[in-house]
Amino acid sequence: MLLIPCPWCGPREEAEFHYGGQAHVAYPEDPAALSDEEWARYLFFRDNPKGVFAERWSHSAGCRRWFNALRDTATNRIHGVYRVGEPRPVAS
Amino acid sequence: MRRDDGGRIDRSRVLRFRFDGQEYTGHPGDTLASALLANSVRRVATSVRLGRPRGVFAAGGEEPNAVVQIEEPFPEPMLPATTVELYDGLVASSLAGQGRLAAGPDPARYDAVHAHCDVLVVGAGPAGLAAARAAAATGARVILADDQPEPGGSLLGTRDEVDGVPGADWAAATAAHLEERPEVRVLRRTTVFGYYDDNYLVAVERRTNHLGAAAPAHMARERIWRIRARRVVLATGAHERPIAFAGNDLPGVMLAGAARTYATRYGVLPGRRAVVFAANDGAYAAALDLADAGLDVAAVVDPRPAPGELWAARLRERGVELLSGHVVTAARGDGQVSSVEVSPVSSVSSGGVSSIDADLLLVSGGWNPVVHLYSQSGGTLRHDEAIGTLVPDASTQAVEAAGAARGVFALPGCLADGTGAGARAASASAPARPVDVPRAEEPPEAAPLAYWLVPAADYAGHFVDLQRDVTVADVRRATGAGLRSVEHVKRYTTAGTAHDQGKTSGLLTSAVVAHALGVPVAELGTTTFRAPYQPVSFAALAGRDRGALHDPVRVTALHEWHVANGALFENVGQWKRPWYYPRPGEDMEAAVLRECAAAREGVAAMDASTLGKIDVIGPDAGEFLDRLYTNLMSSLKVGSIRYGVMCRPDGMVFDDGTVIRVADDHFLVTTTTGNAAAVLDWMEEWLQTEWPWLRVHLTSVTEQWATVALVGPGSREVLAGLAPGLAVGVDDFPFMTWREAEVAGVPARVCRISFSGELAFEINVTSWDGLRLWTAIMDTGLVTPYGTGTMHVLRAEKGYPIVGQDTDGTVTPHDLGMSWVVSKKKPDFVGKRSFSRADTMRADRKQLVGLLPEDPDVLLPEGTHLVATGTLPEPPVPMLGHVTSSYRSAALGRTFALALVRGGQGRHGERLYAPVGDALVPVTVTSHVLYDPEGARRDG
Ligand SMILES: [Zn+2]
Repeated sequence: MLLIPCPWCGPREEAEFHYGGQAHVAYPEDPAALSDEEWARYLFFRDNPKGVFAERWSHSAGCRRWFNALRDTATNRIHGVYRVGEPRPVAS
Repeated sequence: MRRDDGGRIDRSRVLRFRFDGQEYTGHPGDTLASALLANSVRRVATSVRLGRPRGVFAAGGEEPNAVVQIEEPFPEPMLPATTVELYDGLVASSLAGQGRLAAGPDPARYDAVHAHCDVLVVGAGPAGLAAARAAAATGARVILADDQPEPGGSLLGTRDEVDGVPGADWAAATAAHLEERPEVRVLRRTTVFGYYDDNYLVAVERRTNHLGAAAPAHMARERIWRIRARRVVLATGAHERPIAFAGNDLPGVMLAGAARTYATRYGVLPGRRAVVFAANDGAYAAALDLADAGLDVAAVVDPRPAPGELWAARLRERGVELLSGHVVTAARGDGQVSSVEVSPVSSVSSGGVSSIDADLLLVSGGWNPVVHLYSQSGGTLRHDEAIGTLVPDASTQAVEAAGAARGVFALPGCLADGTGAGARAASASAPARPVDVPRAEEPPEAAPLAYWLVPAADYAGHFVDLQRDVTVADVRRATGAGLRSVEHVKRYTTAGTAHDQGKTSGLLTSAVVAHALGVPVAELGTTTFRAPYQPVSFAALAGRDRGALHDPVRVTALHEWHVANGALFENVGQWKRPWYYPRPGEDMEAAVLRECAAAREGVAAMDASTLGKIDVIGPDAGEFLDRLYTNLMSSLKVGSIRYGVMCRPDGMVFDDGTVIRVADDHFLVTTTTGNAAAVLDWMEEWLQTEWPWLRVHLTSVTEQWATVALVGPGSREVLAGLAPGLAVGVDDFPFMTWREAEVAGVPARVCRISFSGELAFEINVTSWDGLRLWTAIMDTGLVTPYGTGTMHVLRAEKGYPIVGQDTDGTVTPHDLGMSWVVSKKKPDFVGKRSFSRADTMRADRKQLVGLLPEDPDVLLPEGTHLVATGTLPEPPVPMLGHVTSSYRSAALGRTFALALVRGGQGRHGERLYAPVGDALVPVTVTSHVLYDPEGARRDG
């Protein structure tokens, strides 16, 4: 079980969190202007890298805030967390 | 047999036990295995595949043979006799590979504890005790966990001294000293079995198992420890490994270190006359200890050309023959060892065999560090050529192995290694504090030889995995069939897959594969070790989370009344909802038909408190809801109510419910009962991640309100009587509006909404007033209580879908015949873009329809498929859809169903067929609205 550093609460057990998939997939500015294929890309396509991945978590059984984390999918090491709206930091 | 003295057993007390129907005795401090050996019981199990007799092979949890069934006091299958502490009244029996679960429920309690520490030390042998001692000296918070009833590990089974006192005494004193420290916790009888991410380890503590029937009922039998450690020291020791030769599975063949442990720790000699077959110096110490304990050691057989002179001299002193440059080619005997065949290494294949009479053959192929937890932690392993086995290599977590667990086998080395590891582990949490290394002596060692397999012409009697009955011949059959990977050989032969997970046989299998392929063992790579290290009972893992405590139970403010009035309950999510209220002699069908008739012809009331309720408050609340609902919410007037549907971005229905505008900046949203938490999460997600600038706050208020649906043509009159101050006329209080009023003397919000098509009022009061309101309604004597059974029928007659029952995540509002709820005016809302995708515009999408079985008495099972023809064609049969809801209707005087059917909106009037058992039931497709399609009953 991961120990996830919530940017608001500090390190907490993984069981308190809810996973939210890839980060930085913004809702399109004007969905009506997108082709079916572009819209389908937004709906259905996500990255699945081996290595550092920017992903969303919600501290759903804690402060209930959404935030982003950089997690290495191969080692489960979390390289950093940052708040919604902040730019993706450089992984250390 | 039992020695006259010695051992860490309490000879002043006698414990009686039964094994395979025979009465025996033992002493406190015994395991079932040591007590059986003390009673000279050689055969303790029968092998699973070949039915061969098997005896005790090891002295710890790695035991592959002596796996027994506990019969009394409580049945428990597949326990190694080496791990069962003896208690008075124990009844056990031998097994042939499979145990039996208890037929009755387990009366014992189990619980769990969460713990945090700076340093977790696993194993209280010399290295672990030294590590805990060094870490504790700094003031760090330390947990020391060990699977034995007393600390000491290997020190309990040898005569080595530490700091000038017997090792076991040093261990006891060190543990006592540790326990005095407030920041140290010593866990005995505790097996750490899992090592997960971020130094999260899980252990099981056996608290009362060793007390048998005397176990206090209030105490948890087993306790799961969930430990988060800053640093971990793994001092898990080593397992001795066997050697493959003919007849190496006979009772009487035993690991040399195990025999030494039985003699030293338990005061038991596991035979009378022994041959030792070993390729490392450690087994010489075992031979000497055993000889000193009274065992007749006939010879030590060692394939190495010459062991250290010191050992040779000590053997001579005791008259033990040393056969260096020799191997054991076979153990012979009928049901147990009676003689041992020996041959010089040089002539193993050409004969030259001599025979030694012995009833005990003690083997030692060397020692394997117990690297299971290290591997589970993500640490890599490497093959150490010098000791012929796997040792820890690189860590990925804050962990290090110490002592025998990393291949340091000599006692002084273990003590130094543990001290260093403990100090390093504590340095992350506390200032360093130098600690002396406990002193011990060990004679110089000659290099061990990794010796695995005695060559032979026929390998059918050379056992590799005793528990799975896998022989060298079986492994060679696998390599002969072309298998090269050890993982594949494991799956092909089942070697290493038994209860013991190959603790003694795993590396031997690799060595035999390497020998067959003619490659070095190191080239075969390593297998991955997975949790649990030892079997753990499901009861322990479940802990208190079973029965009534398995999941929280939520009840409404009116629950007591429902119980008192005979309601049967339905689980909806975690809620207990009244299902129906049977009168004497009524079954569910009769009760629901009566309740339905009351709602359609008189007055009926339902506890609707479980519907999810969310306050949406803030200046941008209207805009926020416009973005999430398919229809417009910001235009709703204060005092009015609107029904709304939410979709996922893919256009599929996610939830539905009513929205009330309480004030300009305050909406109250209702959700389906089971989806309340998901809807709140959904709203939070969009608000926080996509529209953080919207000034909106969301609060769950489900528990704050009690809600009563008052339904039926007579409901207005009942409400008027209870709320004399409320104008209830159709013009004063129109459909889809709400009023504040006093109802039954309680402040209430009354909504004119209906989930049945009848005139209806939904009365909301604070939950602590709920029972008063409900009781007042029932005291009128005019109102029939109804439950979810009736609610389902009433709404289905009107074609109102239930999200999650009539929808499944592939259904759009249009598929439900609700195009009217999808705004054409709003530029965008979640899901809108998907309604113009080619797939959502297909004419043959599955759409909600009604179904009338031709025989009005036939009730279609929900989930029934629908086909086009009255005789089934050859498969694959084209499936047109399936039944989502199906009921008997009092109002329609017949059965009916709702279904999702391909192109269903264009099929009204068509005949389809529903395969039910062997029959094809003819049904007619209709509109999904079967009752009062004009909506004439809404205003009463
Ligand atoms: Zn938090």
